[in-house]
Amino acid sequence: MSIATGPAATEDVADASTTTTADGAAPMRRGRAVGQLVACLAVFGALLVYVAVADLSSVEARNLSTTRLLTLSWQHFLLAMAAALLVIVLAIPLGILLTRGPMRRFSTPITAVAGFGQAAPAIGLIVIAALYFGTGRFPFVCALAVYGILPVLANVVTGIDGVDPRLVEAARGMGMSAFSTLVRVELPLAIPVIMTGVRTALVLMTGTAALGGFVNAGGLGTLVNTGIKLGLDNVLIVGALAIAALALFIDWLARIIEMAATPKGL
Amino acid sequence: MSETDVTNADLPADGPEPQVHGQRILLDGVTKRYPGQKAPAVDDITLEIPAGEIVMLVGPSGCGKTTTLKMINRLIEPSEGRILIGDEDVTHKDPDELRRHVGYVIQGAGLFPHLTVAKNIALVPRLLGWDKARIEARVTEMLELVNLEPDQYASRYPRELSGGQQQRVGVARALAADPPVLLMDEPFGAVDPITRQRLQDELLRLQEELRKTIVFVTHDFDEAVKLGDRIAILQVGSAIAQYDTPEAILANPANEFVEGFIGHGAALKQLTLTRVRDVDLHEAAVARVGDDPAQAVAAAEELGREHVIVLDGAGRPLRWLPLRALRRPDALTRVARDENLESVSLASTLNDALDEMLTSSHGVVVVTGRRGRYEGVVRIETVMEAMQGLQSPAHEAGRVTR
Ligand SMILES: Nc1ncnc2c1ncn2[C@@H]1O[C@H](COP(=O)(O)OP(=O)(O)O)[C@@H](O)[C@H]1O
Ligand SMILES: [Mg+2]
Repeated sequence: MSIATGPAATEDVADASTTTTADGAAPMRRGRAVGQLVACLAVFGALLVYVAVADLSSVEARNLSTTRLLTLSWQHFLLAMAAALLVIVLAIPLGILLTRGPMRRFSTPITAVAGFGQAAPAIGLIVIAALYFGTGRFPFVCALAVYGILPVLANVVTGIDGVDPRLVEAARGMGMSAFSTLVRVELPLAIPVIMTGVRTALVLMTGTAALGGFVNAGGLGTLVNTGIKLGLDNVLIVGALAIAALALFIDWLARIIEMAATPKGL
Repeated sequence: MSETDVTNADLPADGPEPQVHGQRILLDGVTKRYPGQKAPAVDDITLEIPAGEIVMLVGPSGCGKTTTLKMINRLIEPSEGRILIGDEDVTHKDPDELRRHVGYVIQGAGLFPHLTVAKNIALVPRLLGWDKARIEARVTEMLELVNLEPDQYASRYPRELSGGQQQRVGVARALAADPPVLLMDEPFGAVDPITRQRLQDELLRLQEELRKTIVFVTHDFDEAVKLGDRIAILQVGSAIAQYDTPEAILANPANEFVEGFIGHGAALKQLTLTRVRDVDLHEAAVARVGDDPAQAVAAAEELGREHVIVLDGAGRPLRWLPLRALRRPDALTRVARDENLESVSLASTLNDALDEMLTSSHGVVVVTGRRGRYEGVVRIETVMEAMQGLQSPAHEAGRVTR
C-alpha cells in the first residue's frame, strides 16, 4: 500500500482543479471512483469467500471466521474514523488560527512540530502512548491522531492561504466581517485542499491502525499480530489484505465526500 | 445625394435634471504612513468630491491612488486626517457598517467563484437584512441594469462568464444595495480594449440614471478624460498636481508633470472630449430581418450605398450585407449576428469611434442607443471635421461647431 504524503497531497489538489475546469474530465474521474470501489469490494469479497470455504485448522478457524473478519474490519474502520474525527477537531481550528493575522508567524514552527509527529516512527508513538496512558482504544486513537495531524494541518493552512487575497479584500470591502469572510469565502474556497489533507490522513491512519493489534486496541491488526506470533501465514495475509482493502475503501469514501463538499462553481 | 441627419432621441434635452443620489466625499488632510517606510504613501491630501460626479484619480503607478481610495472605505486606515461622506465623519464609524453603504469594484471584478451570479449580487442586501422577495427583485433589476438577461445569467457561476460580463456583475454587485458612493479601482484594467470601451459607455449610461458619487482610479489618462467629470492628477505621495475638468486640464495643464502625463497629441486627445452624441450621425441603408430583399436593394441604390445594415426585430444591428448578397429572395429571412460588428454607443467618444473605424473595412461605425438599438453611423469624415473644429481656436470645449 502506498501512503500519500504532504507534497503528494498538494499535487493532487492541482490535479483536482484542472479536472473540474476541463469538461469531459469529470466522467473520467467518476469512472476511476467506480473502479476503486469495485476493486476494494472484490478483494474483501474474495477474503470472505476464502474464510468461508478454506480448509482451516481449528486455531486458524478461531481467528478467521466470517463474523470475526467483519467485526475486526468494523472495529478498524471505527478506530480510523475516531482518529480522523479527533484530527479534524484539532487541526482545522488550529490551522485556521495559524492563518489569522498575528498568529501567522507561528504557522511554520507549528507545522514543523506537527511534522515530527509524522516523522517519528508510528510504532514508537503508539508504544509511548500505551506506556503513559495504558493500552486500549483511547490512548491508541490519540497516538494515531498525532500521527495523522500533519497533512490536515498543513492543508488547512495551505488551503486558506491559497485563497485569492483579492477575494478576501472584496469580501471585507463589501462589509462582511472577518468571521463571515472566513466562513463564507475562505473556508468554502479552501475545502478541496482541506479535504485532500483529510483523505491523506485517513488513509495514513487506516494503515497505521494495523499496529492496534500490538496494544490491544482491536481492529484488523489483531489478525496480523496473531499471524506473526503464532506463525500462521494465512491469518497474517488475510489481515494485511483486509487492511489494504479497507484503506482503499476509505480513500474512495473520502473522495466521494470531497466531490460532494466541493462548492459547485469551482 | 441627400443625407438626412438623425436626431438623437437619447439626448437629455430639456427634461428635469436627474436626481442626484450621491453624497459628496471630503478628504481632509489625510495621510497614510505604512509601517517601516520613511515617506508617507499618501501625504496630507485634501480633496472634495462633489455629490453625483465621477472623479478620476489618475497618476503613475505607485503614486498612492489605491491607498487613497481604500482609505475612503477604510480597507486601509488613515494615519492622520478625516474623511467625510455627506456630513458624517466616517473615520470612527464601524468599518463593516460603513462598507455596506459604499460600493466597491476592483480589477477582475473579484466575484466569488463558489457563488452564482445572483448570490454574488445579493450579498450586500443580505448583509443589510433585506427580505427574500426584495433581494430577488433587486437582483433581477441589477442584472437588467447592466444588460445581462436575468433568466440566462442569474444562476450561472462566475467562471461561466466572459471577463466583460464578470466585470458587469461586479458593478451590479457594488450597486445592489444602492450605495450613494461607488469606489472603483482600475475596474476595466484587465479586459480587452473593445470590451473596455463598451464597459465605459455602460458606466456612463448608468451614471446618467443613477448620479452616484464615483471615485475611479485609473492609470489611463484617456479613460480619465472620457469618464471623468473631474480629474485629479496625482504625483508621488498622492500630491495633487491638478484637479479640474478634463477640458480645463487639456486646455491648461498646470505644470510640466501634467503636460508630461497628457503626453503628445493633445489635439488627438480632444477627440476624447467629444461624444458620438455631440456630432451629426449619418444614415446608412437599413433593412430589417423579414424585409423583402429587392426593396432593400432598391432603397440602398437610391441612397447610393453598396452595403446594407441589417437590424433584428428589436432594432439592434446584426451585420452589414453587400448588395450582391441580397439577390436571393430569402436573403433576409435569417441573418446571423456578426459578433465583431464595429459599433459604438452614443456615450462613446470620437476617439473610440476612430479606433473602431480603423479596424473596420467599411470606414463607418454603427452607433447604438438605448437597449442597443440602431441610431445611425459615424463616418471618418465626421471625425476629421471634428478634429479640424477642435483645432480652430474659436471652438467651445466639448461641442463641435460645424
Ligand atoms: N500594504 C502596504 N504596505 C506597505 N507599503 C505599501 C502597501 N500598499 C502600498 N504600499 C506602498 O505605497 C505606495 C503607494 O501604493 P498604491 O497606493 O498601491 O499606489 P497606486 O495604486 O497609485 O499604484 C507604493 O510605494 C507602495 O509600495
Ligand atoms: Mg493601484
